[in-house]
Amino acid sequence: MENAQPQFRRVVRFVSAADRGFAAIVYAGSAFFGLLIVGLCVELVLGSWPSIVKFGPAFIFSSSWDPVASKFGALPMIFGTVATSLIAIVLAAFIGIMGAVFLADFAPRWLAAPLSFLIELLAAVPSVVYGLWGLFVLAPFMRTAIGPALQKVLGWTPLFSGPIYGVGLLTAGMILALMIVPTVTAIARDVISAIPRDLREASMALGTTKWETATKVVLPAARVGIFGACVLALGRALGETIAVTMVIGNRPEISASLFAPSYTLASVIANEFTEATTSIYISALIELGLILFFVSMIVNAVARLMIWSVRGSERS
Amino acid sequence: MDSPRYARLGRRRIYGTLGVALALCCAAIAAASLLVILGYVVVKGVGALNWEFLTQLPHPVGVPGGGVGNGIWGTIIIIGIATLMAVPVGLLTGIYLALFGRGVIPESLRFLSDVLSGVPSIAIGLFAYAVLVAPLKHFSGFSASFAFMMLMLPLLVRTSEQAIRSVPQAVREGALALGMSNFRATVGIVLPTAMPAIVTALLLAIARVTGETAPLLFTAFGTQFWESNPNHPMAVLALQVFTYAISPYPSWQAQAWGGALLLILAVLILSLGARYMLGRAAKGLDA
Repeated sequence: MENAQPQFRRVVRFVSAADRGFAAIVYAGSAFFGLLIVGLCVELVLGSWPSIVKFGPAFIFSSSWDPVASKFGALPMIFGTVATSLIAIVLAAFIGIMGAVFLADFAPRWLAAPLSFLIELLAAVPSVVYGLWGLFVLAPFMRTAIGPALQKVLGWTPLFSGPIYGVGLLTAGMILALMIVPTVTAIARDVISAIPRDLREASMALGTTKWETATKVVLPAARVGIFGACVLALGRALGETIAVTMVIGNRPEISASLFAPSYTLASVIANEFTEATTSIYISALIELGLILFFVSMIVNAVARLMIWSVRGSERS
Repeated sequence: MDSPRYARLGRRRIYGTLGVALALCCAAIAAASLLVILGYVVVKGVGALNWEFLTQLPHPVGVPGGGVGNGIWGTIIIIGIATLMAVPVGLLTGIYLALFGRGVIPESLRFLSDVLSGVPSIAIGLFAYAVLVAPLKHFSGFSASFAFMMLMLPLLVRTSEQAIRSVPQAVREGALALGMSNFRATVGIVLPTAMPAIVTALLLAIARVTGETAPLLFTAFGTQFWESNPNHPMAVLALQVFTYAISPYPSWQAQAWGGALLLILAVLILSLGARYMLGRAAKGLDA
């Protein structure tokens, strides 16, 4: 025992030294990760500071975007971002939730697996490929087929009046809808599948049809989680850049018509950042990025809280 | 059972059938749109694909031929560097969250990580510009790697945390009981067990940045030449597809379809690889 003691201590010391070193590396790595995110916020605020100081809150409410005259107002881009995202979420929510109901409650196994797989692959298609397809396939189709048809039926409303360019709010919204449908479908399907079987059986025992159970019992029970899925998808739509830039028409104007070209926060930055010459121009563009950052952060936080509240948190 | 009620049941059944049909249509529309897009990209892109397209430099407008070789090369280098940076940071943070996971700091780190996963890539591009392009006064491939690293991190961090947590506590305790340090137990025993899940996440993260274009506009910027020095502006395939697509020249637009086909192929292979690894990960946990 007398002999074993020092050796044991040496082993312990070696073990604890290795552990201390290991812990130090682990701490350093995670500190770096934390710093990156804090740095992201700080840099965006610093970069937009000259613009924040110069324009103040009027930046958000002014609708003139005229870089040559150094007049910068974000309202047209905020409008374009919100409008395209709303179009996208309305379309994607309907298709996504219906699709999720089918996949979770009705599809036979041999059909559910390949359909889910295809829809999940839709999420993997790069943004620039959506943009390419939107620009060369969807936009001409919008100009020659979808647009005129819509205008024939609904042309008396301001929403569907005016010339149809092909590119514009509606085309961008439809492309965005395709891009976020997988998000809505996948999460809504998981949330619906997580609703206890008892609830379904109780409902069926009362004599409802399977469809009534799915839409009047299961869907309401899952509504918070499904709403969370939609909000999360909305967050993706708000920040989507390249595909939207290619099909929105890039014009900083506010128009009631869904066929009109528009602009979004992200696509202004994508188009104009490398061409911005004056420092206040650059700063104004970074402030657009800052607005985008804060909005998507809030939207994401809300979405995650809602999804966790139903599906149970995966965090622990 | 009186007859009006019975009739109502009949109508309810019809509604039910119609409803299921509608739901089926919605699922089918979503799945079919993938096939439609894939179909267009394959049909329009396959004509542009040949050895020259894969290996040559872009030609100026009007000169036929040329390729995206430098873009493919740049994509590989930029993603390679991004992976080399993201894997250690992501793994270490994942280990930290899994081993020291309670308290204010880990909780806020998790929250920040989730926030980061929702930040638009263009905002991350602005950050990379502010940190690595503006101070050095030139665009660089490395700044693009930096942006890609930040795009890859949230997925890596959360997956490696979950993968490490899902290794049974008994395995770790067994290793510690044999006198291993926490370090040896983690690196030698726990990490290898968690590896298939981590590799899955890495493949998905790489697939995500392969098609990413927005942050490249003001980081990698693009070039017409072969460039292997990440301190210089570099060509990237996704950026070339974007530039060619919005150009007015039909020959460039045709090449954009070819580039899009390459991107889709790369992303599909990575996604399928990830699915394969996921299957292995599930099997590993069962055993």
